[in-house]
Amino acid sequence: MNTKISVGVLGIQGDIEENKTVAQEALIHSNVKGDVKFVRYAEEIEKIDGLILPGGESTVISTLATIQGGILHTIKRRIAEGMPVLGTCAGMIMLAKRAYDRVVGETRQQLLSNLDIVVERNAFGRQDDSFEAKLSIPILGKNNKFFKGVFIRAPIVIEVGAAVDIIAKFNNRIVGVRQGNVIGTSFHPELSGDDRIHRQFIKTVLDCKRHKGAQQI
Amino acid sequence: MTISLVAAEYEPKGIRSTTFDKTVVLRGTTLLKRGFAHMQKHGVIMDVTNVEQSQIAEDAGAVAVMVLDKLPYDVRKSGGVARTASVKIIEDIMDAVTIPIMAKCRIGHVSEANVLASTGVDMIDESEVLTPADDLRHIWKWDYTVPFVNGAKNLGEALRRIEEGCAMIRTKGEPGTGNVAEAVSHIKLVNNAVRWIASISDDHQELIRAARELRVSLPIVEETARLGRLPVVNFAAGGISTPADASFLMNLGCDGVFVGSGIFKADDAAQRAKAVVLATAYYDNPKIVVEAQKMVDEKKSMLGLDTKNLELKMQERGPSV
Repeated sequence: MNTKISVGVLGIQGDIEENKTVAQEALIHSNVKGDVKFVRYAEEIEKIDGLILPGGESTVISTLATIQGGILHTIKRRIAEGMPVLGTCAGMIMLAKRAYDRVVGETRQQLLSNLDIVVERNAFGRQDDSFEAKLSIPILGKNNKFFKGVFIRAPIVIEVGAAVDIIAKFNNRIVGVRQGNVIGTSFHPELSGDDRIHRQFIKTVLDCKRHKGAQQI
Repeated sequence: MTISLVAAEYEPKGIRSTTFDKTVVLRGTTLLKRGFAHMQKHGVIMDVTNVEQSQIAEDAGAVAVMVLDKLPYDVRKSGGVARTASVKIIEDIMDAVTIPIMAKCRIGHVSEANVLASTGVDMIDESEVLTPADDLRHIWKWDYTVPFVNGAKNLGEALRRIEEGCAMIRTKGEPGTGNVAEAVSHIKLVNNAVRWIASISDDHQELIRAARELRVSLPIVEETARLGRLPVVNFAAGGISTPADASFLMNLGCDGVFVGSGIFKADDAAQRAKAVVLATAYYDNPKIVVEAQKMVDEKKSMLGLDTKNLELKMQERGPSV
């Protein structure tokens, strides 16, 4: 089957170019036909098969996504309908039900709530506490190759719902989750020079599109 | 764009290998420092002098705040020596907002930088807005775990600052004037020079000549040629006052903008801050820039200063190499 997929990167703020580059590499390495583009408007979000919510400042992305034609609602609806999503760092915060900050408590930001998790923002501290560490992520296959986790003012997951699978842990802290077609990571897979997480996401998008196609026939 | 790791060939002291619950982790790597800067892209970093302004900035959608003792406009007015902000104010702001906090130190002032680093600010701006403390050298920024941002008005300056270890460049304008003219000309200068370097990327001899002309090392010129852009994130700064200014500079190819006096010296700061954020993210959509421009009242913009007859040209301050 020669299914073509269209992946969107929410192109409002953050490391959007890095996510686009890695997603393009992941398409090539997975031998999947498709394209990756930035999406900033509701009509663009309606047309894609999968969405990447990049790293950046979650307060800024959600503020802009709320005022600008309410695209937050469109994203939320499409995820609820089954569109696969990958949220890295700020992207995972946006997907969460609730977010706390280590210093100021529960934040007032608008969240998508598609992932049944509670996150703590800046959980490891400020930029001085940002770090790189080796992670073991079993869903990436059995070749035992560590994944370089790049944690920049990173959040952690402090509560997960029953439907959520934990895909990565760092010292007993949850740093990667999956609920159906929604993947969230505390770290930045787009910065580690390793496209395995993005390939996993591309696979999810492809499976989802094929499944939908099969239903329609 | 991916993160470029071109660096001076030496083991930076700023990298710390520490343990975290018995697991080895690395801090202060070039990837983490430049990665932090990459997270700011397409955003607006706002100058603030107190907690109230920092909260207005956060609510408006600022991607980070830059703490300083006086806004650049007030630095001009008051004269005297401009130094780093009070530690107390920086700490109060850290307790009040969740977005990253940056602070300025004087050019070459290693001790002010150390003080800022130990307060835990997320990035240090070695800035010509403050009175330079060393006329010969900038800070050797590879020694720090915290990332730095530096100003530059041409490609040579930008690459020299990157060689010293800065993780982000802001193209200098003339701060505190409310006039973008200088910022615009410097961005064009940098862009043109990058285009020139990219055009000679397959001519090794010409690249060596360019490195000599720019007074920088060859590897960083080669990296610039390969990337066709600056190896680190480049923000515009100096004189941005309106949403249209921000959109203009983004359209010239900047990765984001710094707004100094333009917001908190205007009479409609909260509304203007939101409008500038909107126009920066949607810089290429004229309809949204109009929407943003409608949110501000030109009668409330800061009056501004002519950049031709200034007594103090901040962009000229600091070591020339």
